[in-house]
Amino acid sequence: MRKINPAYKKYVKLPNVKLPNVKQKAIKLSDKTIEKKELATIFFSELGEFFLFLFNTFKETFSREFEFKEFLRQCFQIGNRTLPLISVTGVVIGLVLTIQSRPVLAEFGAVSMLPGMVAVSIIREMGPVVTALICAGRIGSGMGAELGSMKVTEQIDAMEVSSTNPMRFLVVTRVLAATLMIPILVLYADALGILGSWAGANIKGDVPFVLFISQAFAAIGFDDLLPAVAKTIFFGAAIGLVGCYKGYTAGRGTESVGKAATSAVVLSSLFVILIDLIAVQITDML
Amino acid sequence: MTVGNETSGADPVMDREHILEIDHLAKAFGSLDVLNNLSLKLYNGENLVVLGKSGSGKSVLIKCIVRLLTPDQGTIKVFGENVNDLTDKGLEEMREKIGFLFQSGALYDSMTVKENLEFPLKRIKKGLSRKEIDAKVEEVLDNVGLGQTLNKMPSELSGGMRKRVSLARTIIVDPMIMLYDEPTTGLDPVTSDEISELINEVKAKYKTSSIIITHDIECAKQRPTASSCCKTGKSIWKGA
Ligand SMILES: Nc1ncnc2c1ncn2[C@@H]1O[C@H](COP(=O)(O)OP(=O)(O)O)[C@@H](O)[C@H]1O
Ligand SMILES: [Mg+2]
Repeated sequence: MRKINPAYKKYVKLPNVKLPNVKQKAIKLSDKTIEKKELATIFFSELGEFFLFLFNTFKETFSREFEFKEFLRQCFQIGNRTLPLISVTGVVIGLVLTIQSRPVLAEFGAVSMLPGMVAVSIIREMGPVVTALICAGRIGSGMGAELGSMKVTEQIDAMEVSSTNPMRFLVVTRVLAATLMIPILVLYADALGILGSWAGANIKGDVPFVLFISQAFAAIGFDDLLPAVAKTIFFGAAIGLVGCYKGYTAGRGTESVGKAATSAVVLSSLFVILIDLIAVQITDML
Repeated sequence: MTVGNETSGADPVMDREHILEIDHLAKAFGSLDVLNNLSLKLYNGENLVVLGKSGSGKSVLIKCIVRLLTPDQGTIKVFGENVNDLTDKGLEEMREKIGFLFQSGALYDSMTVKENLEFPLKRIKKGLSRKEIDAKVEEVLDNVGLGQTLNKMPSELSGGMRKRVSLARTIIVDPMIMLYDEPTTGLDPVTSDEISELINEVKAKYKTSSIIITHDIECAKQRPTASSCCKTGKSIWKGA
């Protein structure tokens, strides 16, 4: 180790200064009041920050330059990260739904309604929500961690000084990629779910594929498909926005990367469920 | 923080015009006063060393220069223009003339070394042909002695190599002013000497003026044409 230059010593010593006790006591006395006040402040400032972020993303989305290459790369990443998990889940959902509802339907002598019933519940609810929750876990956390670490290691700053708008390059591309890809992934999961359902119905080998599929499709109308697709677009946008927001506004220091990833998952899952709730209400009214 | 201007004998200051001038700068984060009434000048062709212990606001200072942070008070003039009055377009043009070597290197870790180097080149010097880009990438990478790492990812490089690649990425767009944020921190003495050497070479070859930030007095001794010391944001000592 190098010797410390005497001229420099006074700076090295500084951190040993003791904090006065008075301050700690003062904080203890009024602990509760501070907590309540602070919680409200934190909540509203975070809310404000989120809307500002939303506004900026929106603004940059409609600016003239679009980072098409980065957008494609993000689309690929989203598919690449989630496809195996979504494939397995899709099949399993169909399988389980079928196996579980079959005895009940048999009791009423309505087994012939099985394909239609399962298809409707997959397309309306199970497919979109389960896929979106998986994406919230996988993509939300990925975006949170990736942008968070870019923020902490000054990569976002570096981008900004190289004539690149990081909102446009990093955020807009990711949000749009999620908005496009999640509906596609949901449709893919729906298809696999129906396939899995046929596999479940056909365990004894007595249900022809074509018959099953034609019965399933006969039960599905545009009024099932359209609202379902519409809400997945919102799921995608919400997951992308929340993941990017949490990463982009990560604090300083390495631990904030983990925090950004975790809170991105929690918040985007919550958003998915809330959007689903609203979507169900709206579809009901129509 | 200490600020000091070093003008070596071999490299006389030809032109005593100052290209960067900071006047009574102040910046606070909440209740934390980071910079307080700090002034300094950078003359053309000069290496200015800014010394200060960790957390004294050195990074904040140079981030204010390129407006990654906005100061609360005071003015910063680069090439005679007030940084805080610049329009978006003006800011972009000003940033193009300034090279910023970040403390952490800030290499894009989803891109290869080559893509990292191309990134600023394609965006700042628009309209270069593929050939010109490749030639330029090769040139700067050779300058930092890393010709063979073209297709590696940043995660495959050592700390010293990463610093050099980020130095290459900074000089690739021919900046007039270089801002080095702790270029030798976290490196072993040998590597850190190599980086110091490289900084001198860059200065000689690309004729840049630089602000070098460090908390390492040894590193500061090697280069200064001038230096200045900064403690809790005040320039407390100045000498050549
Ligand atoms: N964006 C920021 N928000 C809040 N505090 C900051 C921010 N940037 C720097 N600080 C604080 O300012 C002080 C100086 O930071 P910095 O300039 O990074 O120090 P250094 O001299 O080691 O480079 C530190 O106490 C740091 O916590
Ligand atoms: Mg620093």
